[in-house]
Amino acid sequence: MSIDFLILMKSEMSLTLIIFILLSLKVFTNDKNHVALLNLTNILLAANFVFGFFFNASGELFNGMFHTNNVIALEKNILNLGTLIVSLQAFDWLKNHKHLLEFYVLLLTTLLGMDFMISSGNFLMFFLGLELSSIPLAALANLDLEKRKSSEAAMKMILSSAFASCITLFGISLLYGTTGTLNFAEMPKHLTGSELQLFSFIFIFTGFAFKLSAVPFHLWTADVYEGAPVPVTSYLSVISKGSIVFIFISVLFTLFRSFEGMWYNMLYLTIVLTITIGNLFAIRQNNIKRFLAFSSIAQVGYILLGLSSGTGAGATSAIYFLIVYTFSNLGAFGVIALVSAHAGKEEITDYKGFYANNPTLSWVLTISLFSLAGIPPTAGFFGKMFLVTAGAGKGNYVLVTIAVMNMVVSLYYYLRIVRSIFMDKNETPIAKLKGSNSIKLALAVCMIGVVVTGFATGLFENINTLIGK
Amino acid sequence: MNLSLLILVPLLTAIAVLFCSNSTQVKWVSFIGSLGQLGLATYTMFAYMGARTGGNTSQMLFESRYAWYPALGIEYYVGIDGISIAMLMLTAIVVVAGVLVSWNIKRLSKEFFFLLLLLSVGAYGFFISLDLFTMFFFLEVAVIPKFLLIGIWGSGKKEYSAMKLALMLMSGSALVLIGLLCLYFNTTAINGKHTFDLLQIAHQHIPIEAQRFIFPLMFVGFGVFTALFPFHTWVPDGHSSAPTAASMFLAGISMKLGGYGCLRVATYLMPEAAHEYSWIIILLSTIAIIYGAFATLMQTDLKYINAYSSVSHCGFILFGIGMLTQTAITGAVMQMVSHGLMTALFFGAIGMIYERTHTRMVAQLGGLLKAIPFIITVFVIAGLCSLGLPGFSGFVAEMTVFMGAWQRSGMFNHVATVLACASIVVTAVYILRAVGSSVMGPIKNQEFVTIPDARWNEKLASGLLIAGIVVIGIAPFLLNGLILPDTHVIMDNISRGVVGLK
Repeated sequence: MSIDFLILMKSEMSLTLIIFILLSLKVFTNDKNHVALLNLTNILLAANFVFGFFFNASGELFNGMFHTNNVIALEKNILNLGTLIVSLQAFDWLKNHKHLLEFYVLLLTTLLGMDFMISSGNFLMFFLGLELSSIPLAALANLDLEKRKSSEAAMKMILSSAFASCITLFGISLLYGTTGTLNFAEMPKHLTGSELQLFSFIFIFTGFAFKLSAVPFHLWTADVYEGAPVPVTSYLSVISKGSIVFIFISVLFTLFRSFEGMWYNMLYLTIVLTITIGNLFAIRQNNIKRFLAFSSIAQVGYILLGLSSGTGAGATSAIYFLIVYTFSNLGAFGVIALVSAHAGKEEITDYKGFYANNPTLSWVLTISLFSLAGIPPTAGFFGKMFLVTAGAGKGNYVLVTIAVMNMVVSLYYYLRIVRSIFMDKNETPIAKLKGSNSIKLALAVCMIGVVVTGFATGLFENINTLIGK
Repeated sequence: MNLSLLILVPLLTAIAVLFCSNSTQVKWVSFIGSLGQLGLATYTMFAYMGARTGGNTSQMLFESRYAWYPALGIEYYVGIDGISIAMLMLTAIVVVAGVLVSWNIKRLSKEFFFLLLLLSVGAYGFFISLDLFTMFFFLEVAVIPKFLLIGIWGSGKKEYSAMKLALMLMSGSALVLIGLLCLYFNTTAINGKHTFDLLQIAHQHIPIEAQRFIFPLMFVGFGVFTALFPFHTWVPDGHSSAPTAASMFLAGISMKLGGYGCLRVATYLMPEAAHEYSWIIILLSTIAIIYGAFATLMQTDLKYINAYSSVSHCGFILFGIGMLTQTAITGAVMQMVSHGLMTALFFGAIGMIYERTHTRMVAQLGGLLKAIPFIITVFVIAGLCSLGLPGFSGFVAEMTVFMGAWQRSGMFNHVATVLACASIVVTAVYILRAVGSSVMGPIKNQEFVTIPDARWNEKLASGLLIAGIVVIGIAPFLLNGLILPDTHVIMDNISRGVVGLK
């Protein structure tokens, strides 16, 4: 039992260990050297990421409350990688920040919560993980202490996230009332499709949609993204969303499989709204973080399109897309974090003439945006293609047409930024920026990921075989 | 013969450009790379002809395939036939010429040549792919470099034109994508997997109901690239704002991507639907031919003249494909090659004139023949080819299209053919008028007296393109013989599905 316990929960264990190391550093040392601390943390996170590839086993603990297998291990690796990149990108911002250690303790706590959530085999464990991953995030959003917008973001985040949790919890309680169990493995047997069960499913679905910021539950997203510090925003948009997608896959595909006819229609509506409204609002934005908030809403629509297929190919494409999305979105956020930390500028108009002084950063941002828009040869093209292909498998070409045509709309606003960078004139373009090595490393990783992932067919095949099992 | 070299050489050249330290190196690396690619394409052509005369009768030669995403049945699958060879040669010649006329690019030359070469990678890949996914991948690779080329190095309202072009072409490829997915899920699944394999789909019978839905998507999607009326509006803006080499690439290569796609994908794979919708294609392309010609009459800017005349000339490509007779389709392919070379030459000459006189307005030019005889000769040759003078490629191609079109019976088709023929008169009017008033007469502006004539690079570029035009014009059987067996294969597929066509 004991050795099983250690192996199956190894990623949670290692995260907890890192949290305790950082916490004891906070408590027992004064007069800290920030650069050394940041480097130490990044090394720990890198070690944690590498460790994720070893000693992976399948099994369950606590009567099925916690379970893990190779797919879940892969999902945790993706989250670890994303967190590592975010942490590397946060270097320039955190170097002079008073609450560096608090940032990491909170950040890793949310990651721990996500790990538990993905591994949960029981609604109680799921809810515990969900809460653990969302409440500290609100505190993180507030970490730009002197900015009012940051506090505002935190407030909106905590209120809306509490509201979403309530709705989910209500759904769970109704479900418990009708089935008499909270265990994922046992529940499908008791799902009869009675009205109360459908009702409770709608509540749970809504809770997920809230966390995924799918339309019409997206209203918190733009304000929170705009107010929160850039590294927190990128964490919210990639890692936090990714974890919800992962658990959503298993909730839809295994737990509520018998409701497929119903959740397909719900997804259909959500996808159309999410993609269209996300895109239309993205066109109107002037703040680059708000812009990326809406673009990420639209991206979620495509992930849901893949999931709507209800097939293994859909799940594979969604996971694959999240890897690609991690690289491309973090690539874009990395440049924005750098600009924000050094020049303090976050408006799209500030990026006019960006190419004049920062050619390399311009290309990084451009390639990331191209990848988000799904233009080959970047990996984003493959990611989008597979999602759309999976979605088309259902034979609903109205949905596919809406999704594909929206890719053209999204191209417009991504190209608008590219146009600002390369073509628009500016008297006072952003001066040459010198980022830290850490942020450069993060951007290099993202660029390699964006270029290589598309052609690394083995990755897609591997995920496919894992899902197939 | 490994076809992947045709993609690798330009790709490696593009990457090598990134490592150059100054603009001289950039130019020479791109020039040598594109010249090597031209050599490779020529070698491929001779190897192909050798294999054919050696008795190899398989539909595609030099095939190679690798499983790319086996879970979805996506393969990297390339192979060529005569039509692809013609397109490859066209692309290779235009790329060399494009690199040569861009010799004086000073601003961000590294980025410029990188994007040009990336665009050509897309075109080469597109013409040799036999897997629809691979093909679509390369099609999209060829779009976005244009946005940057026009937006950064262009002139006039370049940002607007670049955005318009990118969005319209991407909408076109979005339509293609929808059609592609629908086609994919309508193929017969083998071992539970559908296929993107072009040849395999051609041998399967796609249900006619599905064809009725997919064909318009595909044809219009690819048609946007070939200036299908009414989706041609990106052509004048895009061409006139683009820098010279980009205009050459756009008109010479990109517009042919669409024609090739309309033929190879839409018509070849869905013959019944092609037959059903044939009258719409003929109608739209006749409108494009006539409208393009009359619209050109009204233009005063040389680049706009050539852009609108491209709309008219590309109309012949779609017209030939829509007629669905073997001669007409052969003519359409010849028109693709001919128009590609001719319009690249035209844009090249206009670029050279503009660089020296700083104007493209016909009214402000005049008497240039005395000042810059070489460039003007090139300009006149391009013009004469465009109006279809015998001896140049334009005549041969258009003639073949008309002959083929007349073979198709029916009043409607005959009327359309007559109208399309009549447009040649209008073409003669605008070409002769533009050439006459900008070339002949006394020198209007005294500053023009001292401008220098063509340099070696410009001479070489023009020579290469003119050679292509003249060879096809004088010995059309070379091109004809190359593509005839393959248009025959396409016809076979069409007449298998549709009784009464030959």
